[in-house]
Parts: sequence; structure tokens; C-alpha cells
Amino acid sequence: MELFFNPFDNLVCILLGISFTVWFTLLLVFIIVPAIFGVSFGIRRLYMKTLLKLFEWATLRIERGAKENNHLLYKPYSNAIIAKEPTSLEEEIKEIRRSGSNRDLNSAPEFEMSDIFYFARRGVASIMDDEVTKRFSAEELESWNLLTRSNNNFHYISLRLTVLWGLGLLIRYSFLLPLRVTLAFTGVGLLVFLTCVIGLLPNGRLKNFLSQKVHLMCYRICVRALTAIITYHDSENKPKNGGICVANHTSPIDVIILASDGCYAMVGQIHGGLMGVIQRSMVKACPHIWFERSEVKDRHLVAKRLSDHVEDKSKLPILIFPEGTCINNTSVMMFKKGSFEIGATVYPVAIKYDPRFGDAFWNSSKFGMVNYLLRMMSSWAIVCSVWYLPPMSREEGEDACQFANRVKAAIARQGGLVDLLWDGGLKRGKVKDTFKEEQQKLYSKMLVGTQEDRSRS
Amino acid sequence: MGSRASTLLRDEEIEEIKKETGFSHSQITRLYSRFTSLDKGENGTLSREDFQRIPELAINPLGDRIINAFFPEGEDQVNFRGFMRTLAHFRPIEDNEKSKNAAVSEPLNSRTNKLMFAFRLYDLDRDDKISRDELLQVLRMMVGVNISDDQLGSIADRTIQEADTNGDNSISFNEFIKVLEKVDVEQKMSIRFLH
Repeated sequence: MELFFNPFDNLVCILLGISFTVWFTLLLVFIIVPAIFGVSFGIRRLYMKTLLKLFEWATLRIERGAKENNHLLYKPYSNAIIAKEPTSLEEEIKEIRRSGSNRDLNSAPEFEMSDIFYFARRGVASIMDDEVTKRFSAEELESWNLLTRSNNNFHYISLRLTVLWGLGLLIRYSFLLPLRVTLAFTGVGLLVFLTCVIGLLPNGRLKNFLSQKVHLMCYRICVRALTAIITYHDSENKPKNGGICVANHTSPIDVIILASDGCYAMVGQIHGGLMGVIQRSMVKACPHIWFERSEVKDRHLVAKRLSDHVEDKSKLPILIFPEGTCINNTSVMMFKKGSFEIGATVYPVAIKYDPRFGDAFWNSSKFGMVNYLLRMMSSWAIVCSVWYLPPMSREEGEDACQFANRVKAAIARQGGLVDLLWDGGLKRGKVKDTFKEEQQKLYSKMLVGTQEDRSRS
Repeated sequence: MGSRASTLLRDEEIEEIKKETGFSHSQITRLYSRFTSLDKGENGTLSREDFQRIPELAINPLGDRIINAFFPEGEDQVNFRGFMRTLAHFRPIEDNEKSKNAAVSEPLNSRTNKLMFAFRLYDLDRDDKISRDELLQVLRMMVGVNISDDQLGSIADRTIQEADTNGDNSISFNEFIKVLEKVDVEQKMSIRFLH
């Protein structure tokens, strides 16, 4: 028995050895070496163009298939489905009253039974479609991108399309996924190892220089681990030392995307496990701002540490995501004003993902981190655009809140996102009662205000 | 992720809902997608908590009354048919419908049915009358703490005086219709779809 297996075993071993060597050589030459030097062969862009053509074809096939079967396609619309009137409470109720009476509006009655129409319509309209809840789940695509996870018209697929989808599945899971996982481990491993090594050097220019190079290199490897195709715009506005970089938040990948093009000081809570190990080794090479869980609640402490860091011009710009949670990249939600109170120059950055290649949004209530990363690594690619906006500072007479809103509006405008005043915290928590009280106050003015006029006349 | 909306809703069901409510095929599939995205428990029905999760509804002073309109007497869950039946009240009245003679049963979005929806928002105990107490409670919901009990009481009294024609100190549905006969109910209680 043994004799029979031995030569076979040998052959298998030799074959495995050869394929591993080839594999790693390819990896090294085409991916890791360019990552170290920051150059690109353009392979990813070619890949992206090919995929786009494929998706268009797939969508046409589905539409044709649906027409042949005389069925109606489910067409998702990322914009509103109902017409929303942007009029205020006062205007609308006055209009309702006006339509119901011939009386002169100056002697308007205090209360009309028809006032309830305003609240009823607003309420039911928000049930049909509201601005907030849809931001916490992935955006719906208009064309199919050969991933089952984003298909609603599953049964209109022809044979050719199914074959293509199967091929895509094979390529993604048996070729791309292992490749990417290998790269990810390489990138993270190198980061931890090299930053520890650099941490042994004395503080000074050499250490800073090396630390920057190491960080950039490892992040670039991670970028390739996700097959992220990133287009950076307006790089002349890149954040400088002593400033704060703010960006809209869609997923933890945002950090990798920004940090592979520039060096930042990260801010965050210290985690346990693998994340903790990475955080602790990063901080050996250059100063990041990590908080203990207990310190996070203390706003003054947080503000003090941030402003200390910002004042030291030799330290890197801070990277902060003021929304505080992941939003699905169709809108920008309320910015927490903490980072805008410090008084440093703010460098806004807008990040917009192209959802056709893979949805980068992390729905943390649906997927854990590992599950999320696996989904990222098994989609086609992550394609996004990054815009560096010109720096902004707080103006005279502007408070932190208004400043935050101004920055938010600029980011929303550049990224083509909807600018919302709602708090991203609504993903998990209830809305504050103060908003309802505001509505009640506005309405009361309509009832009581007219009474004052009456008593005056 | 986009829900597998159209695959879970059968064509026959869509036809039935179309006949009952008058919504178009695409509107029904869109609203089904909305229904499933609100249904966090994924059991095919919505509870009151599912509605309260909508921030714009939670800040509406009459939010709870509106949510109540979806649930029939004594029930805690509403399925998609019930959901659509209630939403149908807000479908705009199309021109070709106006000229139709009264069909066997009145369409859900007729003027009378729209007024009935509004009437039920006031009528807390569903006894087909709006008493002074009920009117006060609803007014209190709309104004919060900003108006005193006395002022609110006199507003309620005045309103009932103007509307009540048979002297029973409450407003019946017919009296309600009479008070609002000049109001453009068709437009004010309708939500226009973009597609």
C-alpha cells in the first residue's frame, strides 16, 4: 500500500510546491512590489472596464427576458417614490383652511376640523417613504451586477446569463477570494511587524519618515486586497499637519482608502483582539489617538487630547468621521460637533462608492465584521471616488453646529449625496421628543396667535 | 440589501390588490418593498413598533392615531393587504374615476372614504361620534403643552357648537361631512406618486 502511494504523493507535493511558488511570485511582482513604490500597472482599471460592459449586457438580457415573458420588471428607484411638498406647517394649514371657507383670512378661525388633514397626510406619506430609514440599508441597484445578493428579478435569467453568473461565482470565490485573503494577511502582518520594529528607533525625522512609508505601503497592500479602484480628485487640497480631516462614513474601509494616499493620525476606541494588537503596534511608530472605553464618554478629555495633538505641528492630521456611524452612501447625516469646536482648520473629504461593483456599506445590524469583510472580498471590486475639498475654518459669529452643517453641505454637494439634518444615531435609537414638541409649538401658534389678533382688534 | 420583493408577491395577489385598491402594478411592488423593509421581524406583518421606528412619523403629533388607523379593532398585527387597504385612502382621485357612476362598492379613495379616515382619527372609541372629550384629547395631542386647558376647552366648545346640528353635543359623521363640504378633500388628503 505504502509503495503504491509514495510516487503519487511525491508528484502531488511537487505540483503543489510549483504552484505555490508561481502564485507567490505573481503576487510579489504584480501586487506587492507596486504597492511598495506606489505605482500601478493599470490591471485593475482594465478589469473594471470589462466588468462594466458585462453588467450592461446582463441587464439588457434580463429586460429582454422579462419582455418576452410579458412580465413587469421590478425597477428600483433610488429617488423618492412619492411627491413631497416642501411647504411649512403654517403654509399648508392656511391653504387647507382657505380652500374650505369664503371668509376673509384676517379673521381666520382659531381651529378648523380640517387641520387634521395636514398631519394625516404627512404621517401617511412618511409611512410610504421616509428620508431616514432607507439610509441604513444598502442602496438598490438599477442594473444587475451578476451578484445574487443584489438581484430582484431572479427568474428572468436566460441560460447564457446563468452560465456567466456561475462563471463569475467560480472566479470570485476560488480565485479572487483566496488571493485577496492572502494579501490581507500579508498587509496586516507587515503593518504589525514593521511598526513594532520602527517603534524601537529613537524619536526623530528618520522614525517619522520610515513610519510614513511603512503605513503607506501596508495600506496600499490592503487596498489591493480589496481590489479597490480609487480615483483621487483635487490632491492639492490634501490635509496638512495640524489640521483635522473629516469625511462621510460608509464602512471601515474608508480608513484604508484615505490612509493609502496620505498619512493620518487615527482616532478611536481601543478594541480587544486583533484590532487591539494592530492599534497598539501602530501607535509605537507614530502618535495615534486611542481612547479607553471609559474615556470616550468624557467630552472634555476627548476635546483636550484632540486639541493638544492639533497644536503640535509635527504631528499628522487627525482623521475623524463625524457622523459617528455607517450610512449607506446615498446621504450625509448630522455631524457631531465635537471635532468642530477645537478651532483647527478642517479639511473636508467626500467619498462616493460606485455600488455597481460591490456595495461597501456595512450594515452592522445585519453582518458582523468578519462576514462583512468576506462579502467585500468576494464582490467584484470596490470602486470609489475621493474628493479633497478646500480647507475650511470657523467664521466669525458662527457656532460649532453651524460650522459643522456648512462642512456637511460642502461634502454632500461634492459627492452628490443628499444632505440630511437627521442624526445617524437614529439607526439604533429613538428620535428625541423635542422634535415633536417643536411641531406642537408651531401648530399652537396657529391656534393661539389668531386669538391675540382678535383681542387686539 | 434590496429585498426579493417581486419574487415573493405572486401575480394573482398583485391583481387582487390592484382591483381592491386601484394602485398600479409598479406602485404595489414598490410599496411591498417598503412593507418588507419596515418588517424587521420578517414575519409578513407589521406591528406598532415597526411603524414607530420611522422618525418622521414618530415626531408627528398625531403619529399614534395614524398608526392606529392601520390596525383593525383589537388586533396588533397588520398584513400587506391591510396595509395597502389603509394606504389606498390616500390615492389621488383620477379624472376617469370621477365620472364613473357609483360602482357596486365605493372605491377606497372616494371623497367620503377620505373623510371617514379623518373622522376616525378624531373618534377615539370608534362609536361613530366625536364627543367633546375626544375632541379635547385630540387637540391636546396636536398642541402639546402650549395651550391651557381652559383655552382648549373653549376651542372645543366653539367647534362643536358650529358643527352640531342635532343638539346631541357631539359630531356625527354626517355633521362632519357638512362642516367640511367646501374643503378640497380630494387634493389635501391625497399623496401623489411620481411613477
